Amino acid sequence: MTKQVSKRGPSSKRVDRWARYLTLAVASSIVVLTSLYFIVLTRGSVKTLTFGFSFILGSRWDPVANVFGLAPEIYGSMLTSAIALVIGVPVSIGVAVFLSELSPTRLRAPVSFLVEMLAAVPSVVYGLWGLLVLAPLLQEDVYPTLGRYLGFLPLFQGRIYYTSFLTAGIVLALMIIPMVSAISRDALLAVPQSQREAAYALGATRSEMVRMSVLSNGRPGLVAAVFLGFGRAFGETMAVVMLVGNSQTISASLFSPGSTLASLIATQYADASTALEVSAVVEAGLVLLLVAMSTCLVGRLLIRRFLRSKQTALFQ
Amino acid sequence: MKSTRLASDWFWTGVCVAAVGLTVASLFAIVADVAIKGAADFSLAFFTKLPPLPNAKPSSGGLANAIQGSLILVAGACAVGIPIGIVSGIYVSEFGSGFYGSVISFLGDVLAGIPSIVTGILVFTLVVLPLHAFSVLAGSIALGSIMIPIVSSTTAQSLGTVPNSIREGSLALGVGKWRTTLLVLGSAKSGVATASLYATARAMGETAPILLTVGSSEFWFSGAWSPVATLTYYIYDYATSATQNWIALAWTAALVLMLIVLGINVIVRVLARRTVYS
Repeated sequence: MTKQVSKRGPSSKRVDRWARYLTLAVASSIVVLTSLYFIVLTRGSVKTLTFGFSFILGSRWDPVANVFGLAPEIYGSMLTSAIALVIGVPVSIGVAVFLSELSPTRLRAPVSFLVEMLAAVPSVVYGLWGLLVLAPLLQEDVYPTLGRYLGFLPLFQGRIYYTSFLTAGIVLALMIIPMVSAISRDALLAVPQSQREAAYALGATRSEMVRMSVLSNGRPGLVAAVFLGFGRAFGETMAVVMLVGNSQTISASLFSPGSTLASLIATQYADASTALEVSAVVEAGLVLLLVAMSTCLVGRLLIRRFLRSKQTALFQ
Repeated sequence: MKSTRLASDWFWTGVCVAAVGLTVASLFAIVADVAIKGAADFSLAFFTKLPPLPNAKPSSGGLANAIQGSLILVAGACAVGIPIGIVSGIYVSEFGSGFYGSVISFLGDVLAGIPSIVTGILVFTLVVLPLHAFSVLAGSIALGSIMIPIVSSTTAQSLGTVPNSIREGSLALGVGKWRTTLLVLGSAKSGVATASLYATARAMGETAPILLTVGSSEFWFSGAWSPVATLTYYIYDYATSATQNWIALAWTAALVLMLIVLGINVIVRVLARRTVYS
């Protein structure tokens, strides 16, 4: 018996060593893939990168004149993502508070399920629905009312178009709600029960308790959720391509059509004729990659730090 | 004083309930619109015929080639993404306890945050340009590399839920590390299946990278080296056209896509509920 074990020992050890190397090699594809993104996008945009920032910050995209400015796209990406956050984050936090604090136990699973299903709807279906159902509704009923009551703000002035920053932003808000609310819910659930009891012991009502103990203690997680939601909205392509109008405009009016970095790539890449134009489109991709990646990084780091502190709190 | 505090409590409770109501109502609105408008043109022709000419009679054409193309493309993406994803997940959970393991799991998270259109540019540069053509191959690589971080992180998570007593028991009996890992994988297999299914649904719904890698076609699948029709591309193309029969087909395609994608997601939830270790 002992003989057998000693005979099997070394060969099993060799298998184990090979298994470690093999899985390591395959897992390293993730490192390779991440570096490929940077290498390929930097090399692809080298022609326009050498012109510096002034070139890329121009506001005109004119293949005939060889001018490829990305300012309208950067503006459009920031604006639509900002609209998505302004609408989506309060709703998401409401959903998260409902799921972690208010919901009867029986409702919790079905409501979480329905909210998560919103994340499963493909982006192109959001685009289809936004374009053919939501956009006409907003253009005919909602935006004129907004213009009438809030028209003193430059945001709600000017001609109302079928596709616009605001329409794209509203659909983006819907698209980020599942993710932002799921992360927020986890952050709120991680707040120790003793914090809630402390607030109640001071005589707080439930909403005061939520504000005093739950939201303030869960803040790092909520901030992480906002970062990840922004990254998601910033890089979203199909729904935006279909809803933003794809015109190169910088306008303060949310009713005006525009374009984003992602929509520029989707609409211009196949048509790009000169090497310089291709390079400019790839540079738009590089900007998109850097912004989405850095917001995602900040969000993940916050979640990691927050989760670690939660674990240490558990062991105390 | 007391009554205003109570009123504010009721008010904020109402705000949260309204937020949930708004979210759930949007889901129902989307699903209902797709179901009603999609059912109008839902016929046998949709599943058997090639795309119709603009303004053709209803049911004179379908998107059978797009269904075929989507299924082939996603199968190709699975062949790329699932094996690499699962093995990476195994490394992160079972072998990668050191610095490199945490680097890989962190980069996996970062990869998952990269916009899919950027993946399109990457694969366009690395595969489409050298081959001088849009192709199923390029699309499979693009969608596959989108699936890798999803499969890998969810696999690592579900392996993480397997109790350590199983690993310790196996190692204590003199079973090697690799055999033990296979045992752990076996007891987490529905979690791993869930991860793969979920990523498959994501790949099925992707459109942006398809624009840059697969292109489209009006005919049947004609080999891995040529472009192919996909449901998502046709939804985009037909929805933005001004032709009534094409718009109707876009809704039907959306219905079919939603049935597949939401169907997979429902299966995933049911499976996931069963895999929780207590």
